[in-house]
Amino acid sequence: MRQYRPKDNVQKKAYHTDRFYQVPTQPRFEVQEGSHFDDVVKALGDLCKEAYVSLNQLVVYIDATTNKETLTLLRDECAYAQCSELSAIDYLAQDGEFEIFYQLLNLSNASRMRVKCRIKPEQAIESVVDVYKSANFAEREMYDMFGIYVNNHPYLKRILMPEDWQGHPLLKTYPLQGDEFASWYEVDKIFGKEYRDIIGPENRDPARIDRYDTKRFSRVGYEVPFGADISEGEKPNPIEYSETVLVDYNKSSKQLDEKR
Amino acid sequence: MAQHQVNYASTAGLPIALTSVDKLVNWGRSNSLWPLTYGLACCAIEMMASGASRYDFDRMGTIFRASPRQADVMILAGTLTKKHAEFARRLYDQMSEPKWVISMGSCANTGGMFNTYSIVQGVDRIVPVDIYLPGCAPRPETLQYALMMLQKKIRRESADMKKNQKQNLRLI
Repeated sequence: MRQYRPKDNVQKKAYHTDRFYQVPTQPRFEVQEGSHFDDVVKALGDLCKEAYVSLNQLVVYIDATTNKETLTLLRDECAYAQCSELSAIDYLAQDGEFEIFYQLLNLSNASRMRVKCRIKPEQAIESVVDVYKSANFAEREMYDMFGIYVNNHPYLKRILMPEDWQGHPLLKTYPLQGDEFASWYEVDKIFGKEYRDIIGPENRDPARIDRYDTKRFSRVGYEVPFGADISEGEKPNPIEYSETVLVDYNKSSKQLDEKR
Repeated sequence: MAQHQVNYASTAGLPIALTSVDKLVNWGRSNSLWPLTYGLACCAIEMMASGASRYDFDRMGTIFRASPRQADVMILAGTLTKKHAEFARRLYDQMSEPKWVISMGSCANTGGMFNTYSIVQGVDRIVPVDIYLPGCAPRPETLQYALMMLQKKIRRESADMKKNQKQNLRLI
């Protein structure tokens, strides 16, 4: 019987894993009374579902439907003027959800915070381009890499992959070396599908060299016609250097003198 | 070039050189290889260094041309993504015959360390390659050597390009 492989996470695994390995985690602290982060949590009020401090950064969980409202409030009331990063994390295998995070920076007192929310794969998230201009490309990338639709985005189009690409590469269900569409993409696009047989599948082992393959390799000084059988060994085919056909001018002028 | 000199008296001592058409044409072709100004990734930096004054491609008659219509050689210098493969092939198609391709560096040869979904696993999947250059990135000397090897290869070819069997016949 074939070994069962989970389909919801096909990412490459390490060959060896330590049985006693403990994944390092950062300690999480309560928000201290009277600190700047406490003011932020108080300003958010009911919008904040959960809050903790990790690595001197405030992490706040919100409801996905209130993302625009929360970020507007954080920008206007708490001086988080910059959204430095925005993307998603694929937790579909564990929880059946995406986690979307917004990394914010307060330039006036040099503090950072992260706003997180969770959505189901069939849900869409509201765009925050009106709040932070920098969210424009980041949301496009999130759509490209995870297939998360962003409502009211000014120009929701793939940003990294080609427009006619199928699949969303950062999903854990997407294999690292690509699915069938990805492996034939350039051949289909340039030559057409009927060329697949002629060009052949991708060689994913770059160290492989077939000594007797005369369709793809030729030895310098031992060249043979395309596709010839060289299992018996090949004849040397020495390189003709340009020097060998140069004129010996001294000799020819001597000959000329002799003739005269 | 001349192997025989005949009848000087009747030509009033004019220098006459006899050769075959193949040798004359290939002499011209091999000594003015004009590559396309086309860089894909970090190998292109080494390619630029090869063209600049320290390594000086110009002394070999190799001058980078900014148009595929004027170029003979396509140096695929760097990682070719699947998104860009279409355009690389289009540039190759726009070059006029005769044309040759140098695949420069590990990424162009085999995809290199980018064993992923988005990288073309060897540019020989889309264009017929004449010279494969190992290295990550190859030194300018390596590129110069590759160009000299290409010159040698051209000197052995026939002037009639139809008679030359390309390695990757399937891609022409």
